[in-house]
Order: sequence, then structure tokens, then C-alpha cells
Amino acid sequence: MKLFLKIWRQKNNQAKGKIVDYEIDEISPDMSFLEMMDVLNEKIIEEDGDPVAFDHDCREGICGSCSMFINGEPHGPDKLITTCQLHMRRFKDGDTIYIEPFRAKAFPIIKDLVVDRSAFDRIQQSGGFISINTSGNTLDANTIPIEKEYADKAFDAATCIGCGACVASCKNSSAMLFVSAKVSQFSLLPQGRVEATDRVINMVNQMDEEGFGNCTNTGACHVECPKGISLDYIAKLNREYVKANLKK
Amino acid sequence: MNKKITYSLNYRKPKNEYSSDDELTVCVRYYQKLDNGKNKVVKKSTGIKCKLKDWDSDWHKADNRHPIKASDSDYLEKNRILKNKSVDLHSLIKDRNVSKNISPLNSKVPKGPLDLKWSTHKNNVRLVSPANKRNIDIIVVGTGLAGGSACATLAEQGYNVKAFCFQDSSRRAHSIAAQGGINAAKNYQGDGDSVYRLFYDTIKGGDYRSREANVHRLAEVSSSIIDQCVAQGVPFAREYGGLLDNRSFGGVLVSRTFYAKGQTGQQLLLGAYSAMNRQVARGKIQMNTRHEMMDIVIVDGKARGIITRNLITGEIEKHSAHAVVLASGGYGNLFYLSTNAMGSNVSAAWKVHKKGALFANPSFTQIHPTCIPVSGDYQSKLTLMSESLRNDGRIWVPKKIEDAKKIRNGELRPVDLNENDRDYYLERRYPAFGNLVPRDVASRAAKERCDAGYGVNKTGEAVFLDFSSAIIRYGKEKALVKGLDIEDFELVKSLGKGVIKAKYGNLFQMYEKIVDENPYETPMMIYPAVHYTMGGLWVDYNLMTTIPGCYAIGEANFSDHGANRLGASALMQGLADGYFVLPNTINDYLADDIKTGPISSDSPEFNIAKNRIEEKINKIMTNKGSKSVDYFHKILGKIIWNNCGMSRNKKDLNSAIKEIQKLRKEFYKSVKVTGDQFSFNESLAKALRVADFLELGELFAVDALSRNESCGGHFREEYQTKEGEALRNDDDYRFVSAWEYNENIEQSKLHREHLDFESVELKNRSYK
Repeated sequence: MKLFLKIWRQKNNQAKGKIVDYEIDEISPDMSFLEMMDVLNEKIIEEDGDPVAFDHDCREGICGSCSMFINGEPHGPDKLITTCQLHMRRFKDGDTIYIEPFRAKAFPIIKDLVVDRSAFDRIQQSGGFISINTSGNTLDANTIPIEKEYADKAFDAATCIGCGACVASCKNSSAMLFVSAKVSQFSLLPQGRVEATDRVINMVNQMDEEGFGNCTNTGACHVECPKGISLDYIAKLNREYVKANLKK
Repeated sequence: MNKKITYSLNYRKPKNEYSSDDELTVCVRYYQKLDNGKNKVVKKSTGIKCKLKDWDSDWHKADNRHPIKASDSDYLEKNRILKNKSVDLHSLIKDRNVSKNISPLNSKVPKGPLDLKWSTHKNNVRLVSPANKRNIDIIVVGTGLAGGSACATLAEQGYNVKAFCFQDSSRRAHSIAAQGGINAAKNYQGDGDSVYRLFYDTIKGGDYRSREANVHRLAEVSSSIIDQCVAQGVPFAREYGGLLDNRSFGGVLVSRTFYAKGQTGQQLLLGAYSAMNRQVARGKIQMNTRHEMMDIVIVDGKARGIITRNLITGEIEKHSAHAVVLASGGYGNLFYLSTNAMGSNVSAAWKVHKKGALFANPSFTQIHPTCIPVSGDYQSKLTLMSESLRNDGRIWVPKKIEDAKKIRNGELRPVDLNENDRDYYLERRYPAFGNLVPRDVASRAAKERCDAGYGVNKTGEAVFLDFSSAIIRYGKEKALVKGLDIEDFELVKSLGKGVIKAKYGNLFQMYEKIVDENPYETPMMIYPAVHYTMGGLWVDYNLMTTIPGCYAIGEANFSDHGANRLGASALMQGLADGYFVLPNTINDYLADDIKTGPISSDSPEFNIAKNRIEEKINKIMTNKGSKSVDYFHKILGKIIWNNCGMSRNKKDLNSAIKEIQKLRKEFYKSVKVTGDQFSFNESLAKALRVADFLELGELFAVDALSRNESCGGHFREEYQTKEGEALRNDDDYRFVSAWEYNENIEQSKLHREHLDFESVELKNRSYK
């Protein structure tokens, strides 16, 4: 396949970025999208250029590193996958592909397609945990039976990989889906109920401080989420938040 | 024969003055005829006593060479110990490379019965008071399961932790990709599991090349890991009664694996990450993301800090601490194609090795049987399909070679081949364990079938993993429970698919995305791929390397898995080391540091180390080469895979050593890195990692060459049984190979840690 790529190039956070055109040939439909990028970078190195910087690591859709905005969608046209799981068979010979970074005020660009998502870490640090020490003397795991339904729901929320596609897809750059996933995981489990009030308030406050926008229930985040995290969790987050504020 | 070992009794007076009830000590004697014609004799007392009447002076004529007769009530045990002693003596003398100052390596395994060693040790190690902990810094490199859990626990205890990872967040370490589960000896299923059985399975699975005391400790703490994780909110799979569910993994006959669908690693890592976050918020962990360790700094013989490169600014930084913990993972990316993440590398461990830490069993690599086969030259990595799939999937190739050819050419579909024409070769060769044999055995069996011409994809390197019978079995069960018609084939099939989806949904989706085939309808195609490295930095019982104050935990060390790791044990070991072992043992070392005060990073040692790194980077950046880093990495990977992969032989290993030496020279001559050194530059980061792989690769081959036996994942073609099973040599190779760095890697010095097994009998590992 022959492809025309239009890639966002930006030297660093201060520099001005622009779209640069590349042409690439002999792309096999069995290649993954990132393998296509590897081929491009090999070509750029051969021509003494600066290869396109992009985040990637596990290349099996679980680490959440890869973060490209492809033809106007985070992680590209397919649903329920990350960029590294996208394969070139999804494109046609002669296609033009736009590749941009995840854009949001809270995700400053580091270089080219690499953005700084440490805001997500800081939100987690503000309350995304259960305060329990490693003593080796905690209760036996089976002393707390948990209804399968709740355990499964907590698991579904916990599958969030923290990639930031929800923020990138949202017209408000809201991080509600991300925050709701963590808040819900813990609030659905008896272990997490103990600190539920403080957790939700702290995490929502931190989210606002980081400069993420508000949620207007558009639902783009759910559509683009590679793990299919449900909008129900945002509803759950709102409920938890209201409940916590009433309690305080 | 120019060398031999004999047993004798230690007579202290003329023989005729003894009565038959007198007890004498048994000695082992080692004779060697030297080149100069003289005899070398070494005699050692064994501490074993034997009555004259129980002594068999014709022991050398018997097959088992047992000198103590069955009339002694404890003859089995005594003979076993004697055998071990003689082997120890034999290999100790044989090895001329043994260094006098380090060897024999002191593993510091505590005395006492095996099951009390750890609790006794915990009671005896020195402690550091909370007030003093506040003045002590610890560096942790890597934030996967081992590093993350260690950071969290050390910070909880009050130490100041400086954590480093090359990823953009500590949550992205490659532990996240572990799929199947984590073992623990909880015996929730009531199937006879126990700490001893988990210990025994792990020792046996590792083909008797791991340290008994470490493995037992691992089994002991396994159960606390599950408790800890559940308390942290890790959403493990549960049954309808609300209690935790288990499944089974390869090499065992019980169900002791806890899991969270096919994302167990992710859930456990997020648990450790959340525990870390709590400490980051308290200011007890200083988290440095996008930082890569470049070197370790040793001051007055102790590890006192590291040099890092900031991957965003390119700046070389100095960081000091009272101790350095390496949790930097494994080095499977040596093979270029592996299931490891793209960034996983050996550099941190290798730099420590170059500064004096011994590297143990580098060639012990796990080739995982169920990965998606290679499809083309452009491929950048391989994807694992969890071992848990072997609970329900059956592995087969066609019985007739013509059918295999037709399937390869696309003339025949696998679903069209009837049962009688299929060869379920694992069930055929290993009826007791069937599809759940350990990974090394399953991988070799797949290679054997494919080499014989029965491979089922275009490249001829793939076998089928088939779920059709599980789908029907589950479907019927579900139909019965729901009171539906079990004769309705379509209904049963769709119910069965639902069950399979609930269990392995994400894996099936992953497969479909990569291969573009629906594994619910047609069998998966799989082939072995590099997955895990059992080898790593040599550590003692306290998990300290041979550099004082430098620790290695998780996959970065060598201690628990021997020559083959059992499924669902990596997560267990990572968390055991980080949550429960290291935080106990490190206190003992740091108790000496309570008055040291802050470590300065302005000492000459730090500055020299920093300058060296800067020089090396300059050299690579200004190299007028013409070939990219990946070019070299791919060639290296091919050399290693073809010569040091699933089966190895002397000739290939020797040629691999030469080829790697040549490739390394060429790398420094013609590698080309473009872009800016002081900005985000992935090719530069890769170049530095590949430079280290090019050195490790040679040691890897040297290690495989020096081990003249087959054990676990290390299969030497010269050493196999008639049936093609691995042939272990306990007499000569019951030791850990720990290598001391030498600039000329081929000349690296071998130290041996002899493995004593007090609680298990060394057996042929049979899964038949």
C-alpha cells in the first residue's frame, strides 16, 4: 500500500508545531499502525532527519502509552482498541492519514505526538487508593464475600488503562470518564466504601485544578474508550459526589 | 580414568581393633591424575557416621554406588547426603576459574528447618527505628510489580524513596501486560494444595536449579499477597457465592491461580500503583518518570546512587541514596522479537553487573508456547496468548503430513479435519498433564512437530489451539443449568461461546485484531516466543547482589524459578519480593547507616560516572554511521533466536559468540542516531539499550555453552533421552552459574553456587 501521511511535528513544548507531509510505500495490510510508523522512522533516519516521536510500549493494548489522534479520532477508526492494536488492513491504498497528538490543556505536548499525561497521576495521588499498609496480617481474602455482580462491575471500571482518549475525544477536554472509573471501582467494593466520601471530593477537586473541562454528557469519551468504560460510571461518580457533599 | 571420587571410612586405629558396632565417619576422596603425572588428592570428612557392619565396601560395584547398606535405619538419607557431598567436591575442584575471594558464593541462607527459616530470619534481622528511617534514602529503579510494591512498602515504613521509571507513568511498567493470574497456596478449592505443594511444584517446575530456601519463602508469603491485594481493592474474579475463584496453570495438578479475566497483571499493578500514589501524596516517594538509569555509583565499596538520563531533556543527572534496589525486569528483548514491551531492557542490570554484581544463569530463558506466530519481517513484537487458555484449549496438528500441507496452502480448513486425523500431541505424549504441561515442555513439543513438517501456517511455524470441545462442554453445562435442550447444537454452541467469552474475552479480541480471524469459529494458531528470563542478577537470601547495598528484586534477579518458571509465578514473585521480602531484609543492611547522614552526589565517584555516560552519548551521537539501531537489534535477535533459542548445541553457540563479537564492533563503527541529544530522542535511548544487549548476548551464549546438560528451558541437543526429553546432569551441574564481568566477555569468570536440596529428592521431571 502507498499512503500519504500528515503528521503533527513540534520540536518541544515551547516551539510552534505544524503538519508535515510524508509519503510511504510498500506498507503491508498485516502491519500494525505503529509498525507502519517504525517503517516511516527508519526512512527518516536514513535521510538524516529527526524521527517522529510517539509514545508506545507494550504494543498489545494494555499499558496505555500509545496516544495518537488518527483521522480525527483517538486511537483511530476502530472501536475498543488502542493505536498499537490498529492494523493497516483498516486503510486503503492511496489513503491520506492525519496523525496528531492527544490535545488538551491539561496534556501539554512534549514533542511531536508525545504528550504529558502526568495530570492523571496527580488525580490518582489525590485519592485513588485504599489506605491500607502492607503488614502481611490483613484479613483473609475470603472473609469479605463480594456479590459477583458488584465485583464484575468494579473490574469493568478498573480496566481503564489511563490512556487519555476520553479527554482527547471530549469537546470540553473533560476527564470525567477516567475519574469516574477509579471512583466507581472503589465505591463498588466494601473495602473502598470506608474512604469513599473524601476520595470523590479530593479526586474531583484535583481534576478541576489540573484544568480539565466539565462534563456535558456528550458521550464521545465512551465511544472512543479503548476499554469501553461505560457512561454509567459518570452517573455513579455524580451520585457519589452529591452524596459526599451532603455528608460534609 | 584420570579422575575419580571414592568413599571411605575414617579409621583412626588399625581395622582389626574395631568391633562391628563401632561408628566411623565417612570421607569423600577425590583423585585426579595431573598432566605432570602426579596425583592430586583431596579428602573431606562428610560428617556422616556409619557402623562398620552397615558399610558396604563393594559400593563401587553397585549401580547406585550407595556405600551404606539398608541395615542402617537412615541409609537412604545418608546415602543421599553423601552423593551431594561428592558432587560438590567434584565440581569445586574441577573448576579452575573459581575466584578465591568470592567463591564459594555465600547465599546467606539461614540455618534451621526449611519451613522455619524465613520466620526465624525475620526475627533475627536487625531493625531500624522509625525516627532513623526518616533519615535514610532508598533508590528503586523500575516500578512494575516488584518495584512498585517495594516503593510503597518501604515508604510506608518511613524510608524516603526515590523511584525511577522510563515510562511516562509508573502504571505503565510491563507487569501490566501479564494476563493469566497469580498463584497462592490458599487451598480455597480444597484440592489438597499447601505451602509445601506450591514449593515443590515450583522447585520441580524449575528443574531443580533454584534455591530451595528462597522458593519455600515464596510459597509461604504467597497467601498474604492475595489478602493484601484484596484489601487494596484489586477486583479478582469471584464465584456467585461472592468468594474468590481459581483456575489451573501448567505443571500443576491443583487450582491455585487467582485471576482477573485476562488482565491480572494490570489489576495487580494498578493495586501497587495505588499504594504508591498514597505515598507520593504523603511526600514519601519522589517519583521520577521518563528517567532511565545509566549507571550505578559505588562509594567506598557500597552502592550509593545512580546516574540517570532524563528522557525529555536529555540531561544526565546524579541521584544519591543509602541503598539501590533494582526492579528493572527481564531482558527478553535481547531476542528483538519477544512478548516484552518495546522499552524493556537489560541496561540497569547490565551496568550493575559491569560494576561487580554477578550475573546468574543468563541463558535461562522462558520460551512461552502460546504466542501469536510471526507474520513478517516488519514485525516489532510478539503477542502472548495467556497460558490460562490451555485450561480449555486443546493443542493439535494434523496427523498426516499431506493434511498439514493442504492447510498451509489454504486448501483445507482446520474445522474440516475430523477428530481421527488430528494429533493432540501433548495429550498423546504427556497423558497425566496433557495440555497443561509446563511451558518449556510444551514449547519444545510444538517445535518438534513443526520441524517435522506438521506446522499449520504459511511459514510452517504454528500449531492449533482449539476451543471447540470446551465450547460444547460449557454450552451443555449451561443448557442443563438453565433447563434448555442440550441436543440443540446451535444453542449449546452459542451458550458455550458466552462462557468462553466471559473467561477469555479480551484475549480472543486481541487475537482477532492481530490475525483477523475469529477464534470462536476456527482454532487459534500459536507458536512459542520469548517471554521471560529466569536468569538475572545473582542475589543472596536477602536479595542483595554481590555489591553491598545493591538489591535486585522481581524478574531482575535469578533466585526463584530455576531453569523454568511455572505460569502465574512471576506476579507472585514480584509482589512477594516487593511487599514482603525486601522490606524485611533491607533493614538489616541499613541498620549500619543510621548515623551516615545524607549521601552527597558531588563526590568524585558520581562525577566520574556522569562524565563517562556523557562521553558515551557524545560518541554515539557524533558517530558517522549509516545504519539504524533497529538494524543491529534485529540481527542480534536473529543470532540469538537461531543459535541460543529453544534448542542449543555446541557448534551453534560457538558461532553465536563470534558473530556477536563481530556485530558489536560493527555497531560502534556504523550505528547512526539522528535527532537531538538534548530533547526527547527515542533512537538514542534505544541505541544505549542495544549497546548493552550486544554485550549481554555474548555472555548469554557463553553461559549456554558452559552448561553441558539440558534442564528446564535450557535444552542442549547433545543431552537428551531417546524420547527427546531433556537430560539433566545433577552430578556435574547442580549449581547456579554466576558470572563475574570481564571486558573480554568470553573470559568472564564463572562462580558456582552449589544447590543443596534438603527437603526434596532430585527426580527426573516427568509429566507423563
